[in-house]
Amino acid sequence: MNKSSGIWIYIELKEKQIATGSLELLAKAQELKAYNGEDITAVLLGSEVGDIAKLLPGYGADRVIVVDEPALASYSARPYQQALKALAEKHSPSIFLFSATPQGRDLAPRVMVSLKTGLTADAIDLGYDEDGVFYQTTPAYGGKIYAHIVILEKRPQMATVRPKIFTPLAYDANKTGEIIKEHVQLEKDDCFELVSVEERKKSGIAIDQAKLLVSGGRGIKKQEDFNMLRELAQLLGGQVAASRPPVDEGWLPHDQQIGQSGTTVKPNMIINVAVSGSVQYQVGMQGSECVVSINHNPDAPIFELSQYGVNADYRSVVPAIIAEIKKRIN
Amino acid sequence: MKILVFVKQVPNTDDVKLDPKTGNLQREGVQSVINPLDANAIEAALTLKEQHGGTVAAISMGPPQAEEVLKKALALGCDEAYLLSDRAFGGADTLATSYTLAKAAEKIGDYDLLLFGKNASDGDTAQTGPATAAWLGIPQITLASGLSVSDGWVYADCMLDDEIQHVRAKLPAAVTVCAELNTPRYPTPKNIMKALKKQRTVWNAEAIEADAELIGVKGSPSSTKTVFEPPKRDMTTVFLDGTPDEVAVQFADMLEKEHVL
Repeated sequence: MNKSSGIWIYIELKEKQIATGSLELLAKAQELKAYNGEDITAVLLGSEVGDIAKLLPGYGADRVIVVDEPALASYSARPYQQALKALAEKHSPSIFLFSATPQGRDLAPRVMVSLKTGLTADAIDLGYDEDGVFYQTTPAYGGKIYAHIVILEKRPQMATVRPKIFTPLAYDANKTGEIIKEHVQLEKDDCFELVSVEERKKSGIAIDQAKLLVSGGRGIKKQEDFNMLRELAQLLGGQVAASRPPVDEGWLPHDQQIGQSGTTVKPNMIINVAVSGSVQYQVGMQGSECVVSINHNPDAPIFELSQYGVNADYRSVVPAIIAEIKKRIN
Repeated sequence: MKILVFVKQVPNTDDVKLDPKTGNLQREGVQSVINPLDANAIEAALTLKEQHGGTVAAISMGPPQAEEVLKKALALGCDEAYLLSDRAFGGADTLATSYTLAKAAEKIGDYDLLLFGKNASDGDTAQTGPATAAWLGIPQITLASGLSVSDGWVYADCMLDDEIQHVRAKLPAAVTVCAELNTPRYPTPKNIMKALKKQRTVWNAEAIEADAELIGVKGSPSSTKTVFEPPKRDMTTVFLDGTPDEVAVQFADMLEKEHVL
């Protein structure tokens, strides 16, 4: 049991590109390595992915394990599970992390069953406690409560980790690492098929990519009022977003919803307009660098995490702000 | 077609609080409800049954009072209900829970389709569905927002952030469903009456021939060390004050200071 060693990061590919969430984990792994002294291994599955493997040391991997097989050309849970099981049984890592993307959350539970170990879901932080025990912080009850989860005996200690919490390392072409090619006997899964993929129509910049967000909440009186939020966002080169109630009303599409049941965002600035600040919402935006909130209720919880606050009715101040910005731009 | 739908009794999330003294979850006065997404899974099961015939069995693991969610499942139109209840099941993480559910599925046997809500509103792991499929060795589809069955395959639309994937899996298979899939029906008085006559089975560990090492606390590699309230950002808020025009000037100054304007 004690001989298990190594921090493994599962590298997810999206159309032959490394998923950002996987790079974020390679960055976070440096901290874990500083504590436990274990090597960081990037684990890459796919077909004809040799060029991608070479990039991974530049993002923080000490070594890369690649399984390059035709059966892995397209993601499918069962052959991927089988490959990771074989690799983990051979090399006995102590930690195995997946980005909590749809693919990571589809695959990791199956690997957990194969390895009969523990898997923490959707962790928002990882670290070592004062006794040297590796723990994962995970939200429960829609983010109202956080828990520290530990996997005391079984190895590897597995977790899926929420994307957008950590920042990837800048690519360093001078860093090198060993690339190990492993062969695993696999059969193509003839019981699962990705038939086709359809792009989802997006309304402008994706909110998790926008540098600035203007987000409307429950207090927005009518759908048309989002026009002024949109105008403010456009003037500042940003995107409009919302908390859950306006999305439930059908005023904005679900892909513009911030929060536990929507998207996690971390813009440079978020301007919350008539957002009270439910815990679920806070979980989705707590990574924002600068938080500005406009709310007529002085006791709105959103003010507790705002650097700047305006305690007023948005219908009077937002048009005035738009006018002032236009004046300064021209 | 034989459909198994897995349901969980959860505390109403809105009621959840930590006891300020003990730091544990307050259980008193917290209402129990059916996990909201499991209602979507039941709806999907009943719709598929209406289209293709067959039976729908609802399965839950929990203490005796978890019978309530199964009664509800029966009142909605499920044909039979199984409660997996045993002190030895207590304290299970997702590995032990999924093992227990898989053993029950094996015991029922001859299933075509297993349906789960995408995640539970309490633990929110989204792991039980895929892990149960893994124990059974069957394929899976997660995050279905569209669902149909034909010629021995289940077809689903999976809504991801930037794309919709159209996938299919050969039956028997497991599918986890999203809220976008459907709108759950309400129980009708007729179905509530009928539900009283439907079969409800309670199984303990022995009944499903579960390995004692793989259930409950013993079978759970992960454990919760502490629970706590999310840390609040400790900061002082600078309030911009005055008439709307005065606020607007300060606001624009602030945007310039923060290099946004």
